[in-house]
Formats: sequence, C-alpha cells, structure tokens
Amino acid sequence: MEPKPSPNPKVSDKVAEAITPAEELSYELRIEEVMSPNAQCVSPDMTMGDVLEVFRQHRISGSPVLSPDGKLVGVLSIEDLIRALRASDLDADVQKYMTVDVIAVNGKDPVIEALKKFVNKSVGRLPVVDNDGKVIGILTKGDITRGLLKALQRDYQAEEIRRYRARHLFEDIVSDRTGLILRYNIHARDFTHGGAASSNIKRALLRLGASPAIARRVGIAVYEAEINLIIHTTNGGVIRVDIEPHQISIDAIDDGPGIKDVGQALKPGFSTASEEIREIGFGAGMGLVNISRCVDEMKLESVWGKGTRLRMKIFLKQDEELGEGYPANRENS
Amino acid sequence: MNVGELLKAIDGKLLIPDADLSRQVKGGCGADLMSDVLASIQQPDGVLVTGLCNPQVVRTAAMADMAAIVLVRGKKPPAETIDLAANEGLPLISTPFGMFDICGKLYQTGMLSLEKPVSEDDYACNE
Repeated sequence: MEPKPSPNPKVSDKVAEAITPAEELSYELRIEEVMSPNAQCVSPDMTMGDVLEVFRQHRISGSPVLSPDGKLVGVLSIEDLIRALRASDLDADVQKYMTVDVIAVNGKDPVIEALKKFVNKSVGRLPVVDNDGKVIGILTKGDITRGLLKALQRDYQAEEIRRYRARHLFEDIVSDRTGLILRYNIHARDFTHGGAASSNIKRALLRLGASPAIARRVGIAVYEAEINLIIHTTNGGVIRVDIEPHQISIDAIDDGPGIKDVGQALKPGFSTASEEIREIGFGAGMGLVNISRCVDEMKLESVWGKGTRLRMKIFLKQDEELGEGYPANRENS
Repeated sequence: MNVGELLKAIDGKLLIPDADLSRQVKGGCGADLMSDVLASIQQPDGVLVTGLCNPQVVRTAAMADMAAIVLVRGKKPPAETIDLAANEGLPLISTPFGMFDICGKLYQTGMLSLEKPVSEDDYACNE
C-alpha cells in the first residue's frame, strides 16, 4: 500500500543502445513531475449517486477513495459507476463498488515504473502517493504522454536556443564592424595536444553557422599552422582567429627562431623537420603548401632570430556569411 | 559502403567502444604522411588507411571530415589515440592486413579513391 521509491533501475549497455529519447526521458522524469496533482478524491461512505455528480462536475473518470484519516483505501472508476447504474443501485456506498486491491505508485519513482504497471495490470489510472502513503496526485497514460512531450520539447528548445544564439551573435551585437576573436596558446613540442586548437576553432565555426566546407578549409589551415608552431618554435606561439561575418582572419605568431629563407620554406617538399617529427607523420614540407591551398590569402613574414608571423584569410561569399551576416549589407546590395 | 560493411570487408576490429556503424564511407585514402592526407582530400566521408597510430591521425581525420580510420598491420594504438577517436566519434579500426592488402581489398569492393592526383603545378604557391 505504501510503495517506497525503487532504487534506480539498472540499464545494461545493450539495452541503453536501443533506448529512444522518449524512453530515456521515462527513466529521467519522476512521476510527480507528470501526474495531475490535487486529485479529486471520494470517501468510502459517499453514495454512488454522489460520486456520479463529482465525476460529472470535474469531468473525471476515476478517483482514489480516501478514509476519513486520509488513508488510501481504494479506487473507484467509471466502470464501477456503470455497474451501480445498471443495478439501479446509486444509493449504495462507494465501498461496495470500489476496488480495494489498490495499485499505487510513489511520486519519486521514474515514470518508467508507472508505465510498467499500466502495461502489466490493465488499469486506467494510478493513485500517486508520497513516502508516507499520502495521496499526492493521480496519473493516467495521458498524463505521461503530455509530460514526455513537454520534456522532449524542452530538451529540443535548449539546443535550438544555443545554436540560434550563436548564429545571431553578429546580428544581436550592433557595431560598425563586429568580430569574434579566439586566441589559443600553442606549446612547443606538445604533440599530444596538437590539433586541439584547430578542433575547437572548427567547432566554433560550425556553431556560428559556417558551412562544413568552410569549416574544413579553416580547420586544415589552422591545423597545419598549429603543427608548425609545435614543431619549429622555441617557445611555442599563439593562434589568433578573428571571425567576422564576411571573412575569417587567422594569425599564427611566434617569437623564434624565425625562418632563414622564406622563399625556400614555401617550396613544396622543403623541410627542416627532424626524423623524429617525420615519424609522427609530419615534416614533409607540405604544411605551408596545404595552407595556401585552403585559404584565399596567405602572407608569411619572418625575421631570423626574431620570430614568424603567418597571416591567413578566408573570404566568405555572400551566401556563406556567418550568422545572419551584416543586415545592412544585405539591404544595400 | 557503411562502416559496418567496411569492418567485415577487412576483418577489422573496432577499437572504440561505440560507433555509428551505419555511417556511409564514400571513398578511401591511404597515407602515412598526414600532410599528404590533408593535401589530397577534397571531399568528406572517406576512410583513412594508415600505418601511423598517434593521436595526430585522429586529428587529421577529424579535420578532413573522414568517416573512419583503419590502422594496418594489427597496430595497437596508444590510449590517447583511442580516447581522442572515441571523443570525436570517429570509428577507429584495426586490421591484421598490410596497407597494400587493405587498399586492394577496398578497391575491389568498388570503393573509389578520394586522393586527388597531384600535378607539379598544383604545388606552386601563391607568390
């Protein structure tokens, strides 16, 4: 009569794989979140005629039966009422027709527990009780459907809002020229984290509404630049990405050692990388060549002994513009 | 071909705990130089066949929007490589066969190459 909350249901990996988002929610949502609270209750000594009036007034088709001290003693459904009507027995007490073998659920239990009971016991509604057995609401299959739909919509909206916000960033912030600047510190010889900055930049661009092709071009260019900083610099360097609706400017800056012959460095296949670096798949002398293929503009400046600055630019065509682009531009053109 | 069929075609073993086996694989690329991969891949959704197994393989594949990575000669990659692949949701596959074998097997199934032929002119930089 007083169901305690079940321990969290264990889900095996195999079962978890096959679970749909709605099913997942039925494990996450608690019964008290979806039930109808303040259930209309009846008492055992009411007549069936009174119950008819209660059901009609509140447009319900069943109700828990509570003893005067508030204990759940039964459930009365519209079927019970029909039986009484057919027997012309509306003056009889509720206790004559109610179901005494009550199946209740605990409000703290996940919705899945209630679903199991609906499937196994062929009941239309379940009284919901708290840990002390006090009735706190009533649950129908309709309540569960509504609760799941609401929760699904909530989850969906959260993700939508995130994407929407990122895409409208440039529109929401008004300036004559808005840019979003991302900076990443790249450590020399840190091959383990090599590529982390590029991944993050690529992800940011996709969230801002860049096409996969643009995100790929920027990703590859930044990745090669990042690897160059890791391989060749004395103290590492900084990658700075300036994202504007119409263009993406990337600078890879370091403070040494610098390139002796910039012209030679740009030649395909030219490399000063060590055997160790070649072993991990880099240092083939193709990095700068790859970058120049991916970007629209590339400028390499270096002073031996001072440092290097690699500037890259990708221009976005009007239909590729990030976010909503510049509204003013659209109007003018 | 999807990732599940790819696994079968090369007697591959999936090294990450969970992967979308229905993801389509639209072509292939075989290389140990990651810059070569980045240089020759113009289209997404390929499989990268390689003998390297450091984390940069996963970074490269992710950057080029690849659908899967096949490590040849039964190489056992370090944990960092596997973790990164799992994080990126990239199927990391190990096969006992060598690079030539795997490329041949995949070519025989009708899989196309995603490697663009590179002429010397293509190497010219913007000067």
